[in-house]
Amino acid sequence: MSDVVEKTLTALPSLLSLDSQPGAGKLSVTSKLGSLIRGITELTSKHEEEKLIKKELAAIKEHVSSPNTTLRQMKEIMVRAIYCEMLGFEASFCYIHAIKLAQQGSMFEKRVGYLAVSLFLREGHDLLLLLVNTVLKDLQSTNLIEVCMALTVVSQIFPKDMIPAVLPLVEDKLTHSKEIIRRKAVLALYKFYLMAPNQVQHIHDKFRRALCDKDPGVMTASLHIYLQMIKESPENYKELAGSFVVILKQVVSGKLPADFSYHSVPAPWLQMQLLRILALLGKEDQRTSEIMYEVLDESLRRAEINHNITYAILYECVKTVYTIHPKSELLEKAAKCIGKFVLSPKINLKYLGLKALTYVVQQDPNLALQHQMTIIECLDHPDPIIKRETLELLYRITNAQNVTVIVEKMLDFLRHSRDEYTVIGLVGKVAELAEKYAPDNSWFVQTMNAVFSLGGDAMQPDITNNFLRLLAEGFDNAEEDRQLRLLAVDSYLSLLGGEAASLPQPFLQIISWVLGEYSYLKVGQDPTDVLARLGALLERHDITTETRCWVLAAMGKLCTTDGALRRAREVAHQYSACLDTALRQQAMELELLGQDAPLRHRVLPHDASCEDLEVDSSLSFLDGFVSEALALGAAPYKPPHQRQEELSQHKALNFEPYGPSLPASLSACSLTDRQSPTAMSLSSGISGNSTEQMQKASSNTLKLDGVKKVWGKEGYLPQKEATEEAPPPVASSAPTPSCQQGGAEHTQLAVSSAGEEEQEKRQLAATLFVGLGSQNSLCLMGKPDAAPKRIWRRQRPDQEALDGGSRPPVSSVDDTLDGLFDDAVPDSALLYSLDGPSVPQSCLDGGGEAAGGSLDAGMEPALALSPGDAPGSLLPPALLALPRSDMEALCSDGTLSVCACKVYQRDALLLALFLSNACDLPLEELSCDVTSEEAKVTDGYTTAASISLLAGRGVAVVLHHLVMELPSSQAVVAVRVSYRPGAGAPTQQAVSLSLSLADFIRPLPVSTEEYGRLWLSFSNDVKQNLRLLADSEDPLAATLAALKDKLRLHIVDIIGAEGIVACQLVPGQPCLLHCHAHGGTLTAWLRSPLPTLPDCLLYHCQKAIEES
Amino acid sequence: MMRFMLLFSRQGKLRLQKWYTAAAERDRKKMVRELMQVVLARKPKMCSFLEWRDLKIVYKRYASLYFCCAVEEQDNELVTLEVIHRFVELLDKYFGSVCELDIIFNFEKAYFILDEFLMGGEIQDTSKKSVLKAIEQADLLQEEDESPRSVLEEMGLA
Repeated sequence: MSDVVEKTLTALPSLLSLDSQPGAGKLSVTSKLGSLIRGITELTSKHEEEKLIKKELAAIKEHVSSPNTTLRQMKEIMVRAIYCEMLGFEASFCYIHAIKLAQQGSMFEKRVGYLAVSLFLREGHDLLLLLVNTVLKDLQSTNLIEVCMALTVVSQIFPKDMIPAVLPLVEDKLTHSKEIIRRKAVLALYKFYLMAPNQVQHIHDKFRRALCDKDPGVMTASLHIYLQMIKESPENYKELAGSFVVILKQVVSGKLPADFSYHSVPAPWLQMQLLRILALLGKEDQRTSEIMYEVLDESLRRAEINHNITYAILYECVKTVYTIHPKSELLEKAAKCIGKFVLSPKINLKYLGLKALTYVVQQDPNLALQHQMTIIECLDHPDPIIKRETLELLYRITNAQNVTVIVEKMLDFLRHSRDEYTVIGLVGKVAELAEKYAPDNSWFVQTMNAVFSLGGDAMQPDITNNFLRLLAEGFDNAEEDRQLRLLAVDSYLSLLGGEAASLPQPFLQIISWVLGEYSYLKVGQDPTDVLARLGALLERHDITTETRCWVLAAMGKLCTTDGALRRAREVAHQYSACLDTALRQQAMELELLGQDAPLRHRVLPHDASCEDLEVDSSLSFLDGFVSEALALGAAPYKPPHQRQEELSQHKALNFEPYGPSLPASLSACSLTDRQSPTAMSLSSGISGNSTEQMQKASSNTLKLDGVKKVWGKEGYLPQKEATEEAPPPVASSAPTPSCQQGGAEHTQLAVSSAGEEEQEKRQLAATLFVGLGSQNSLCLMGKPDAAPKRIWRRQRPDQEALDGGSRPPVSSVDDTLDGLFDDAVPDSALLYSLDGPSVPQSCLDGGGEAAGGSLDAGMEPALALSPGDAPGSLLPPALLALPRSDMEALCSDGTLSVCACKVYQRDALLLALFLSNACDLPLEELSCDVTSEEAKVTDGYTTAASISLLAGRGVAVVLHHLVMELPSSQAVVAVRVSYRPGAGAPTQQAVSLSLSLADFIRPLPVSTEEYGRLWLSFSNDVKQNLRLLADSEDPLAATLAALKDKLRLHIVDIIGAEGIVACQLVPGQPCLLHCHAHGGTLTAWLRSPLPTLPDCLLYHCQKAIEES
Repeated sequence: MMRFMLLFSRQGKLRLQKWYTAAAERDRKKMVRELMQVVLARKPKMCSFLEWRDLKIVYKRYASLYFCCAVEEQDNELVTLEVIHRFVELLDKYFGSVCELDIIFNFEKAYFILDEFLMGGEIQDTSKKSVLKAIEQADLLQEEDESPRSVLEEMGLA
């Protein structure tokens, strides 16, 4: 077949001369499009073409706006406009007419209209909204072709926010009698899934039906969605593996109608899709992999015909075999297959063979050995793509022995390559290999020189950073370090001395830094000379300002002799009036450092680039300056978001869409510890730990940065100061969760009622006297956060007899506990933290909240926590008052069992892990590590908590604070616990735990007024219809109450058929929900400053309602 | 998933472009220009696959026309080559031994065929027969639809 096509097409060039065109006989050469195309083909210069098109566009413009243009003419005009756009000329005036054509035209015009829309408009174009109605109409049409067109356009381009509008109609099409409609509907849903996964999550069972569709085409289409879903969470679809295997078996053995064959291979696209899915399901899962061995074997065997499509299947099959749990027989066959590819004379197959080798070579290095001759041949292949793939393969098998050869080959390739992307990628690899395997220092320096020269300006910055760090930090051996640095200095000096070939900027920066830092190592080297060479760089015009800064910085380190000093001064003088501020600053510094040698020695000590600098990030050294300024009547500093917020309060238009506010909620909200000017300067005054305080304060506060962008801040600032005097507390408060802090209320009230003068004095006092006594008011700014991890141990009474009891209670109080409980319930915390004896007996055997029930039944009863170990008895009392989940058994290996309990803290999710030792012997080196991609384990680091010793039958509790910074409908938390049983080898247990977004949702206590204000300021919204809970008197209230229970939302107000609800995602991202009940549905409208939050939350609302 | 498909002539004239993912107009033009340069610079015996930016490019030349597809990292190059081939077969069958001129003058038809064959960047219908059937049905309707109207229009009654 392909030959026929090739032949007919090769005969074509002769036809291209447009005089006699038999091929174009049926073409509309007489039409306007025809003449346009012919006109263009006849032109010779780009300029003429432009002129012609401009003329054409002008004509089109005139036509489209004329009322006499018929739809049929419009269709023809659209085609011409598409042509002009394809040639690169914009015809944006046609866009609206394309939409109109799709709307008004009959079948064929509509078809062109839709085509034009899909070619003209990009995702997010405003005009797309106008398309929605047309699509809706066509989806409901009884004409199949119209439905097809609508489905096609929907899958090509559709506004994301409007998906809910068409979703029900598209869903309906899944049960349509025609398979072509069903297939297109499935693909449209696939597209929706890619655009907004949460919006189609509720129709998963319909996907399942599509998978079981009697038409293989529909089933194939549904696999796209499955592949995507399985990629995201393979564990949820393991049970489908069997079905996929069965389908593949049927396909492979030719059970499908011949229509689905391609060049007599049965449904190759379907086969490959299935193979990909199987690879995902079988990855690291032996049991699932075992199901598929047989069919994979069969696939490998069946693919015999020598055609591209069979090779495509084979390639996919090999990848699957190497991805799933290995089976030696299959691997052997797959390796043979790879051999077929590599040895093939067809270049495309050879390329894929190399790719496959690259893929598997880490598992099976021998395979590379088998094909070494082919690989060597490919290294000198005339096609650079093959060469590059070969280098990629070599990169994977590099070791200390072959590094010099491989790197040489790579550099060789780089010297001839001009494609920037290739160069950037490969340069990084060379640098990596050089750092890992360098045989000696001089090779390393030479190689890195080549890397920097070839890498160009676009090189990834971490290559240079790593190199400099390596040079500065050095190795264990001081002599080696010195030698390496000296080598670098030597080679750079000679590079600068030679013909100043234009080196890339990053390289020049490295050279300047190294010479500045280490040229003193070279005995007999006059710094004046080095400085002169660097100075010569400055003369050149092709170096950037950034590089100049580096050079100047290096000069600062070099002015140790009079000559050097003189030269440096000249340079400093030259640049001291430079327009670029960074460069001017460098010049000023250079001038100053040149004059003051002691200062220079202090600021730029020899060989100390790696010493840690102590940076006072709180800027406490400015305290004096600040207080002086305040005393002179300067306005206190306010962070930008606060300024904006105040602006919006004073100046923004008040649209206030909601009814009268409730006085009760008003007064509640006024008592907050918003970062008022007073509070801010209080915290910035604490020199030692002020940053910490700031963070704490801000983590407790709603982050409203960037909420109001409309108003220019500078313009209003002075006016705001005037209105600031004695601000009414009601108006200026933003809701924060910490309003229950009695002390904070108190301070705030006092502060806000005081006059401005009084305030300033207070601030000043706080600034000056902070830290002298235990100023409680400072802590009241916000409850000091508990440190991210707390560990404490409790021992069983029987253990206590051995080592407890004798200890004085106070000494056994864990230090960390102080911070955790002192502000809450100090007494009970103290009591609690005691070892054995002080634990109230009732807790131990009292059956309160029986956690035993939720424990894994498989655990030996002796090993499990006894009912007495309900979370209640193990959690610190401060947490007992908080809502929490049931205890969930995570894993157990007979020695150590791990259970988890979620505690819903106001500003974080607290994950309490209970590690219980089931043996009588103590466990040593117990440590617990919690990580998650979606959620942030506070403090950001995963420093393992290590409990040196867990006594026999003892229980340790580890607490982690989790917050979710970017909304995601679920967060997977990986827990790794390692320990060493008294005499045994270290053991590890790993388990993952999935948390839902709902775990991170907290109520947001705001008043109706504040709600209104917030609502207007959030831009990301999503709207969707939900089901109302019908079986109650007041369905709206019942539904909202259900949501409140399930998701911990705050119902702000219910007015008639409308309800407003507010919540926040810890750490403080608000999301507002506005509901309107009508008929049996609840129209929910969500808004938030975070783009994805409404989507995710909506999904959980949906789920919550389904479950109720 | 396919990111985009381009058809261009040996002289570097774009004949057809279909994008399946969003990209700004400026980027598109730049990508098209660069990619055409890269592909046109390749010699006949060279491999049909390229790694370009973060994409895999699969191209094949039929007579004077280059068919060029960009697919994602996990996609299979060989099968993309077959997608191109199937598209050519469809064009060939529809136009009756297709040539570049057919595509130049009837590019909207070529788009219709492509839309019937690929949807949202994934292959929709692998059967040559059913793709062409769908296209022909739509064409047929158009003609029925068209003829009475054109008479009216000619008489100035529309």
